Amino acid sequence: MNQPKLLVQNISKTFSERKGGKTTEALRDISLEVNAGEFVCLVGPSGCGKTTLLKIVAGLETASNGRVYLDGKKVIAPGPACGLVFQEFALFPWRDVAGNVAFGPEVLKLSLSDQKWLTEKFLTLVGLDGNEHKYPAELSGGMKQRVAIARSLANNPEVLLMDEPFGSLDAQTRYLMQNELLRIWNEEKKAIIFVTHSVEEAVYLAERVVVMTAGPGSTKQIYPVNLSYPRHRTDHGFISLREKITASIVEEVGTI
Amino acid sequence: MPGPQGIAWAGELLGNTLVSLWRVFIGFSIAAVSGVFLGIIIGWWPKARDLLEPVIEILRPIPPLAWIPLAMLWFGLGFKPAVFLIWLGAFFPILLNTVLGMEGTPRNLIEVAKTLGANSWQILFKVGVPSATPSIMAGLRIGIGIGWMCLVAAELTGSNSGLGYMIMYYYSTMEAAKTVAGMLMIGIVGYLAFIGLKKLENRMLFWRVSA
Repeated sequence: MNQPKLLVQNISKTFSERKGGKTTEALRDISLEVNAGEFVCLVGPSGCGKTTLLKIVAGLETASNGRVYLDGKKVIAPGPACGLVFQEFALFPWRDVAGNVAFGPEVLKLSLSDQKWLTEKFLTLVGLDGNEHKYPAELSGGMKQRVAIARSLANNPEVLLMDEPFGSLDAQTRYLMQNELLRIWNEEKKAIIFVTHSVEEAVYLAERVVVMTAGPGSTKQIYPVNLSYPRHRTDHGFISLREKITASIVEEVGTI
Repeated sequence: MPGPQGIAWAGELLGNTLVSLWRVFIGFSIAAVSGVFLGIIIGWWPKARDLLEPVIEILRPIPPLAWIPLAMLWFGLGFKPAVFLIWLGAFFPILLNTVLGMEGTPRNLIEVAKTLGANSWQILFKVGVPSATPSIMAGLRIGIGIGWMCLVAAELTGSNSGLGYMIMYYYSTMEAAKTVAGMLMIGIVGYLAFIGLKKLENRMLFWRVSA
């Protein structure tokens, strides 16, 4: 039997507020399978719990119900097997570019020479050669996100979780980074779960697009994207799928 | 050329300045180490905070000046009570700023470190402490200013050397010029300490300067 890389099984999450015993249901019975090397995008209305789901998959939050399996093993704590890339980059401002990328290998106590070549390898992969000694404050948004991606990859994660990574970039940089990400994905063959607000971005990048319902979030529908790479945003197939998914989300927003 | 009297006076001024500087150096160093150490603990572990905060918040509002009589009872005159008062004055701003800095460690940096495989000690020393450094440096700068003020207060009453003592002594002999000279010296040394710490801060926090 072919075991999926990542198995999300009946995840529910309820947050309880500190006062008054009020509870908020963020996720309801979500299940999802991601195969090795697969690129999956999650889209849905704001507040549908996409970020919460990523954090549960990463082991940063515990689910109220359900389980997450990575390579058949239950995820109970965060660790290097799941790389996480945030929208706001979350670089360590006191470390230079090389120091940020080396953080993972360093805390995992790899030898200095391994730290060095991993850092070099992934800085080259994301196109940041020659910027090793710059500090985050000196970098543009696109460069910061390249550093964050290189930092995640340097740990050789099984799955890369990306939480609206290009959400704060301008349109030009965003298009550029989407192509860069596809190139990196092609070279590294990691499974990627990518959360985005933009249906266009999802259809451009993913092999499967998962549409979530408005809060409490659950999977509404999964759309396979049967378009070959590189994709063109003006193709008939691209546009019709984009419209179909958009309509599905609008329907959700309308029910709130 | 200054006469023998002038040279003696210059020597007296310099000698008292050095005495005061030494006291501040020792008191401030103890305050820096104890304040940062305790601040890291209180700012990082909520349980330590719950335990220690009441004690600290009771002691903190007591002005260092109110401690002078007790300091003299405990330590007598001279070096020890002065160092104690300097420590007392510098300790709280250093402690509170360190706590603030540790508590303000961005959550997403901690989460990123976790997903990169850092254990809890690595998160403390590779994320919490560096992230708190700007705040710690601000605390040190405030601390040395207050420590310097406490020194003078301590020397005004509980000492027979140092700049504070000198000011008081020439007050009693009605030599206003020498009193003012002592005051100016306190101002100048305080300013130099401020500049020194500012430089150290800029060097340590170079990463904050954006292009």
